[in-house]
Amino acid sequence: MAIAETHDTHGEHHDDHHDHGEFIAHHFESPEQQFDSGKLGIWIFLVTEVLFFSGLFVLYTLYRNYHPEIFQVAHHYLDKNLGCLNTIVLLFSSLTMALAVRSAQTGKNKNCETYLLITMVCATIFLGVKAVEYSHKWDLGIWPRSMFHYHEGVHETGIFGLSNYLIKLSVIPTLLLVGFAGYAAFQYLTDKANNARFYIGMTIMVLGYFAGVVGGVVYQNAIAGDSHAHAALQTAAPLMLHAATIDKSSAGHDDHVHADGEGDSHDDHDHADVPAGSQESVPDSVGIFFSIYYCMTGLHAIHIIGGIVALAWIYRRSQLGHWREDYFGPVDYVGLYWHLVDLIWIYLFPLLYLID
Amino acid sequence: MVRLKRACGQTANKLPDETQQRQRQNTVAFKLKKVTTMATAETRNKIFGTPETNYLNCTKGWKSWAFTLDHKRIGVMYLVGVTIALFLAGAFALILRSHLVKFDSNMLSYDRYNQMFTLHGAVMVFAFIIPSIPAALGNFVLPMMLGAKDVAFPRMNLASFYLWIVGTMCLLGAILFGGGLDTGWTFYTPYSIETETGVIWATFGAFVLGFSSIFTGLNFLVTVNTMRSPGQTWFKLPLFLWSLYATSIIQVLATPVLGITLLLLIAEKTMHIGVFDPRYGGDPVLFQHFFWFYSHPAVYIMILPGMGVISELISVYSQKRIFGYSFIAFSSVAIALLGFLVWGHHMFTSGQSPLVTLIFSAITFSVAIPSAVKVFNWLATLFKGSILLNTPMLYALSFIFLFGIGGLTGLFLGALSTDIHLHDTYFVVAHFHFVMVGGTLTALLGGLFHWWPKMFGRMYNDFWGRVSCALVFIGFNVTFFPQFVMGARGMPRRYASYDPEFQIFHQISTVGAFVLGIGILLAYGVLVYAARYGKRCGSNPFRAASMEWQSSSPPDFHNFIHKPTVNDPYDFDSQVYDEELDTYLPREYADPAKTPPRKEPVHH
Repeated sequence: MAIAETHDTHGEHHDDHHDHGEFIAHHFESPEQQFDSGKLGIWIFLVTEVLFFSGLFVLYTLYRNYHPEIFQVAHHYLDKNLGCLNTIVLLFSSLTMALAVRSAQTGKNKNCETYLLITMVCATIFLGVKAVEYSHKWDLGIWPRSMFHYHEGVHETGIFGLSNYLIKLSVIPTLLLVGFAGYAAFQYLTDKANNARFYIGMTIMVLGYFAGVVGGVVYQNAIAGDSHAHAALQTAAPLMLHAATIDKSSAGHDDHVHADGEGDSHDDHDHADVPAGSQESVPDSVGIFFSIYYCMTGLHAIHIIGGIVALAWIYRRSQLGHWREDYFGPVDYVGLYWHLVDLIWIYLFPLLYLID
Repeated sequence: MVRLKRACGQTANKLPDETQQRQRQNTVAFKLKKVTTMATAETRNKIFGTPETNYLNCTKGWKSWAFTLDHKRIGVMYLVGVTIALFLAGAFALILRSHLVKFDSNMLSYDRYNQMFTLHGAVMVFAFIIPSIPAALGNFVLPMMLGAKDVAFPRMNLASFYLWIVGTMCLLGAILFGGGLDTGWTFYTPYSIETETGVIWATFGAFVLGFSSIFTGLNFLVTVNTMRSPGQTWFKLPLFLWSLYATSIIQVLATPVLGITLLLLIAEKTMHIGVFDPRYGGDPVLFQHFFWFYSHPAVYIMILPGMGVISELISVYSQKRIFGYSFIAFSSVAIALLGFLVWGHHMFTSGQSPLVTLIFSAITFSVAIPSAVKVFNWLATLFKGSILLNTPMLYALSFIFLFGIGGLTGLFLGALSTDIHLHDTYFVVAHFHFVMVGGTLTALLGGLFHWWPKMFGRMYNDFWGRVSCALVFIGFNVTFFPQFVMGARGMPRRYASYDPEFQIFHQISTVGAFVLGIGILLAYGVLVYAARYGKRCGSNPFRAASMEWQSSSPPDFHNFIHKPTVNDPYDFDSQVYDEELDTYLPREYADPAKTPPRKEPVHH
């Protein structure tokens, strides 16, 4: 043990091993012990994450049980295609993450770096698409329960006809983009090519967000042009809700009920607060679905952002060539975390988007 | 994994100075290995004598504390922190008790009274009791009991402490910036949504404190799993570690649920998302379910470490192997697991289906089994032991007495019919104070007196320690026993004014509270005085056999300067007295000429 170590090297020197080729913290006996500790630690952390989300899943289960008709109607306001796109993007990012872990295990830092960059870009594409989805809903007045007030199509637009909300959401990514790109250029000009490489990577990572935004907006403009799809999306849901919640004799919209026809089985769920009569308005009680939707996807998005920060850290370390066959723990741990974030989305997508 | 292990076998490319250091360490280890068969007085003195440099004085300056990654210093800082929280919340309690001296008292306005009991509860629960034993004593002792240099994630350990500070500040921020807090520590909806007071500050504080607690728990779980000394199997762990392990399981599994609940409450309060708020179709009882899913297991976060401390104390001060080791160990785990299944007993009167209520009641009763297993095993350990009635032992004995009352009255409340009568009365208040103060606080004080010589290398004045224990014990009983009586007679909890017939009980209770307060102050006074002026003591003054006593007092920065001997933590015959050092040493290191033969055969 440490009998020979002089006492003046205490305390501050926990981290200094990183400067050498040796990454063993002073209190571990062997690299194996360090790796096993980290691995167990990250698994326990993932357990806490699962339990953290479990509260929301319980909430979802209960309210879907209380108000199945709200869930069946409300989910029509979520865009399945964008959700599907995001699912594919995240699944792909899990693949590249797994490849990054594999590269680190074999000590191929260069490959690891590339795979991590792709993973981060996928993450930001996901966030970009999510920003388009969120801002579109906010334009339609689709907010959590108390603020929920659905109104069709009338919304102010900012520059390029983009949603004001989307522009606001994009402020921080834009600042980050400018910051990273500028700093990369600065580092490059001051002959710090190694640092510049990292900030170029960060720039590419933020560009992913804008790729996601552009993709989402182009898609939405396309379906806005396609009258059939648009009309189906915009009108089917309110009509169904009326069929489901309002006395059939007074509503009389049964014929227009969407082909899925789930409306009929829920006549017994009567809602006092549904404003009967006005066909265009959607009752505010539908907002409970979106409360849960925003809580779940919002918390998930926060985890994605946290994941990006962690990925950026190991991305930097792979640029510095830290991974070796006997030391790749951090990539492994971040990888596990990333797979969990992906997995949670795999549950969220069908539960929220694919209720039929 | 296979590849990792193979690669680890190869020589890693180390820098020369480090290689040298390793080699030097190896030589020393080799030497020590040799001397274990015949340790010289010099070696004994070097390993077990009072060291010149220790964890307290090896580095200086506030930065060496603020940025330390040493679990012992973090433990000491935690101890200071939770003690401040204890005194603060204790002062709130004394103000409350002073208010209640008269049945129509107007010492505090009713609003102020509500805020006072809320803060008393919130600060005590979240900032004091939950971190007290695990994060302060546990942090100090756990790695040493394993023969390890530190916990598995020292940086996370420090982060846990800073999160504790931030969380506590937010909790107190509710008074300073949020206009007080008057929901009770449970934040029940719908009132917590409606009230204008600082619920968001307080819930955010509790949320952050939750993360602090998770970090400690995660660290302990990993440390116990991966960093035990070679040869130290699970059943050679001191029982304190089993209880900390069980506690950590609860911290890791239950706290995230509290986290999301409090976040949802904040979202409900700011955006009215309509999940708990009945005005928007939400379900306020759902909040109670979510809250108690954490907070009932949290009750066991509070008591389990206390039980672990008592297991150590009873055994050491009876100088007798703990009776029923594996039963005590598994009862900790059983309590941790059963603790997850009983949250509904807080809501017998809140509107649950009768069947669910019945099931929760039955499971609640079953928690009594592992608790009783522990108590009986402690009593059996005392039987025919050579009992030393010093301060820690007195605290341990009063723990058994008070926890016995606290635990048994829990059964009154777990029974459905009596609970209807006793729900929300002072009976409940008395019950959980017997468990939390009579249990946890007593165990904390006992543990502090037990490990204090190890932590600071100095012995306290045992007479004044025993006086403090007497004051705490008497004061506590005078405070809370009358509350059982008035609770059973129908005095509701949380009332700022009450029927005159209860006044005498309240007055007795208030007198007791001040005696209790003086007792606690005296206990801390004795300890702090000892840390500064106490008589120096050797490495193992109490003849304890667990591994932390094999380090010098106070320990070296690296905990041990030798490879500590892994032995049975309850085999006290493995420690023999050494006259030169005036302390007990492991047989392997003792002077063979003066070592008495083994009394009992070693059985593993």
